[in-house]
Amino acid sequence: MFNGLVLGALLALISSGLTIIYGTLGVLNLAHGAMFMMGGYAGFLAFEATGSFTLAIISGALFVMVLGIVMERVIIRHFYGRPNEDQILVTFGLSIVFVEAIRFCFGSLSRSVPPPAWATGVTPLGFMLYPTYRLVVVGIVAVALLALYLVLYRTRLGMIVRAGIEDSVMVDSLGINVFRVFMVVFGIGAMAAGFAGIVNAPVVSLTPDMGEMILVQTFVVVVIGGVGSFPGAILGGLIAGQILSITSMINPGYAYVMLFAAMTLVLLIRPRGLLGLRSRD
Amino acid sequence: MKPAPRSRRRPFLVEGLTALGLVVAPHVLPHIGFAPNTVNQILVWGLFGLGFDILFGFTGLLSFGQSAFFGSGGFVAAYLLTQDMVQSVPLALLLGTLAAMVVGVLVGMIALRRTGIYFAMITVAIAEMFYFLENSPLSEWTGGENGIPGVPTPKMDFLGLSWHVGTGWSMYWFLAVCYFAGTVVALRIVRSPVGAILSAIRDNPLRVAALGHSVGAYKLTAFVIASAYAGFAGGLLGVLQGFMPPDAFSFDTSGQLVMQTAIGGVGTLFGPLLGATVWLFLSDFLQTALGLGSAWKLVLGTIFVLLVCFLRHGLIGGIKDLHRLVFRRAEIEAEAPEEAPQPITVVDVTMPARHREGDIESGVILKATGLTKRYGGLLANADIDFTVNAGELRGIIGPNGAGKSTFFKMLTCEVRPTSGTIVFEGQDITSRGVTDVCQLGLTKSYQVNQLFTRLTVRENLTIAALADIRGKFRLDLFANPAKIKGLQERVDHTLDLVSLAPRADTTVSALAYGEKRRLEIGLALATSPSLLLLDEPLAGMSPQERVATVKLLKSIAKGRTMIVIDHDMDSLFELVEWITVLQEGRVLTEGTPDQIKNDPAVKEAYLGGLHE
Repeated sequence: MFNGLVLGALLALISSGLTIIYGTLGVLNLAHGAMFMMGGYAGFLAFEATGSFTLAIISGALFVMVLGIVMERVIIRHFYGRPNEDQILVTFGLSIVFVEAIRFCFGSLSRSVPPPAWATGVTPLGFMLYPTYRLVVVGIVAVALLALYLVLYRTRLGMIVRAGIEDSVMVDSLGINVFRVFMVVFGIGAMAAGFAGIVNAPVVSLTPDMGEMILVQTFVVVVIGGVGSFPGAILGGLIAGQILSITSMINPGYAYVMLFAAMTLVLLIRPRGLLGLRSRD
Repeated sequence: MKPAPRSRRRPFLVEGLTALGLVVAPHVLPHIGFAPNTVNQILVWGLFGLGFDILFGFTGLLSFGQSAFFGSGGFVAAYLLTQDMVQSVPLALLLGTLAAMVVGVLVGMIALRRTGIYFAMITVAIAEMFYFLENSPLSEWTGGENGIPGVPTPKMDFLGLSWHVGTGWSMYWFLAVCYFAGTVVALRIVRSPVGAILSAIRDNPLRVAALGHSVGAYKLTAFVIASAYAGFAGGLLGVLQGFMPPDAFSFDTSGQLVMQTAIGGVGTLFGPLLGATVWLFLSDFLQTALGLGSAWKLVLGTIFVLLVCFLRHGLIGGIKDLHRLVFRRAEIEAEAPEEAPQPITVVDVTMPARHREGDIESGVILKATGLTKRYGGLLANADIDFTVNAGELRGIIGPNGAGKSTFFKMLTCEVRPTSGTIVFEGQDITSRGVTDVCQLGLTKSYQVNQLFTRLTVRENLTIAALADIRGKFRLDLFANPAKIKGLQERVDHTLDLVSLAPRADTTVSALAYGEKRRLEIGLALATSPSLLLLDEPLAGMSPQERVATVKLLKSIAKGRTMIVIDHDMDSLFELVEWITVLQEGRVLTEGTPDQIKNDPAVKEAYLGGLHE
């Protein structure tokens, strides 16, 4: 259950990033998994250099945000007018470039970041002992999600973003510079993935390929929750986390099969996802 | 006068060139640094890509999950062969292909519930599930992480001739035969009526459905074709390597296929082969000749990103553009005067509606009762009663926002009414879909053009005519459209009726606006409807065009029932016999053009409080 909560919270955060990018820009970022991985590695470097876990988290998240903004400025913006398929192809190509660049620099061996000293060890929960850091992860991610919520629902930028999800052409014609908003959203979305990457680093060791699995899980989460829906991403993430961890306790081999079965079920009963508003096909 | 498409002028040209290329390849490629094993791999990937190109290039469905079928076909074939359940390699390959097709049907039924980005995501997720299935729950059969070793090479004995395939170039000939067969089949499919409909689906799936084709069934067909090719290629991979690797199921396999196809060029069938050649050659070259080791993929990934950014249609597209730039410029300039809009010629032909079972010769053909449509708080149509007799030519007018288009959408079942019933030729069609209703003989032309812009005028009309001649769904994958009875006549007839015959082989995107409007009517007309609805057919036309188009509409109306919405009162009063006026979602009045012209209530509806 608690493992599921940790995984679910992380998935929720990463999926929120993917879903707000898609919802606002209409671009499905296949490099999102690579962003998650890059966040972990950037944090790892920062940790090696400073030894401070807090600094590692900050620099991991910031690095990926900057990377996202650069990626949007240099490449993605030229694809807004092109078919969805081209956007998918280019982000897919970028994900390969990122993964292979990391593999080139760090090799295929896994790296790990230890949890901060104050969060090592286990915490008695009354009925069981649980690694303290994992509880901390849930806390950190919850705070991050809350921050994302506040940005999306309580600021002017968030209002524009949500309006953009509904109808970006209209927002554009209202005199709001949609392209600047797009850039910021891409940065925030990427940062959500990168932040999750470094927060997760002490739980799972880092490998260049780690993003691929996460990307696929994120897709399932988003399909379950409803593409473009922020609450849907959170709900989907928590559900997916529970499915994966509960099935893993029984038979790890079937964890993924169950996750997929859940997705199929949602697709059959409610094709636009649990909290999906309307189709943007 | 009308030049036939190239394929008809020189039949089997592409097939012949493919065969020639396959025969020549082993004599040329080794001299430019290709190892036989690389060439063999290229053929397997090229074959894999043939099916994928039908799915992505022709139908427009980007799947990132082809590994599921590649692996399924491969593992089934390898398992059957290594367990001695099947002795013959070709038979095992066939069974593997069938297995992949079964998987394709199941996966397609789930993934095709959504389109575009959702479709891509769902295929990724499903394929990843197959990877896990292979790895643990099914590892007893698949060997888990080890795959299946010891896949034999083909030994064929047929009528006293025996062919024992070895490795290297010997294997090449076996694969070349398979690739050639795959190409012939793919070309037949692409040129069949199904192929034409698939290209139309890529352009505008909604209109394909509205013309009476079952879009879902055709998409599933394309999906299963792609999985068959994938399964066959997967089986060949095992035979080629003598070992079935679990990697066949990995996401990288799907990704590599997508990238190779994009590099080579989509929608050409040969793009994937070219892409695979580039990919595998570069991967060899970068790893060994340049000694880059594991960094080769970084270089290839970068090349890929640059290619997607700058060469939008892959290498083949780039070559075509270059060719056009160098050779065609003179031709285009010579053709230019012909591009001017042609005058509209009203041909004295009639094309009465095809007789269908249950057709009504006289009396009420359409009866709507209490039709209401509510969008949230907005009442678009309220309690409309509307009756049209067979053979009638009816007009509908009303100020903007009167609910005319919504009313039409309900009649053609594009939009389901909130309440009320629609009876067409005695059948209740209220809860039917737009495709079924078109098959019954009720269709409409759209207010905003819904054409297949990448196809020619003739191809557009062919798609529409096929819907009526072949029905909702037919699996004539190998049929030659030129031999379908009545198809050419129907298309030529429609071309004459809408005065587009001189433009038959022009791509729609190059048509003038007025011509597109007439083609829009032609699309609806080519399905041979007994009740044709026209939503503002004159919108955006010049005054001369309007006069000519009204004449066209008069000849179209012969032999069928027609309902026309338009804002051009003068044209409409001249065209129709009876007019229904809608206002604020309700029927205001009905009458002959003269009655309507002089009705004070109609004047008030349009001008508002005139006599106060």
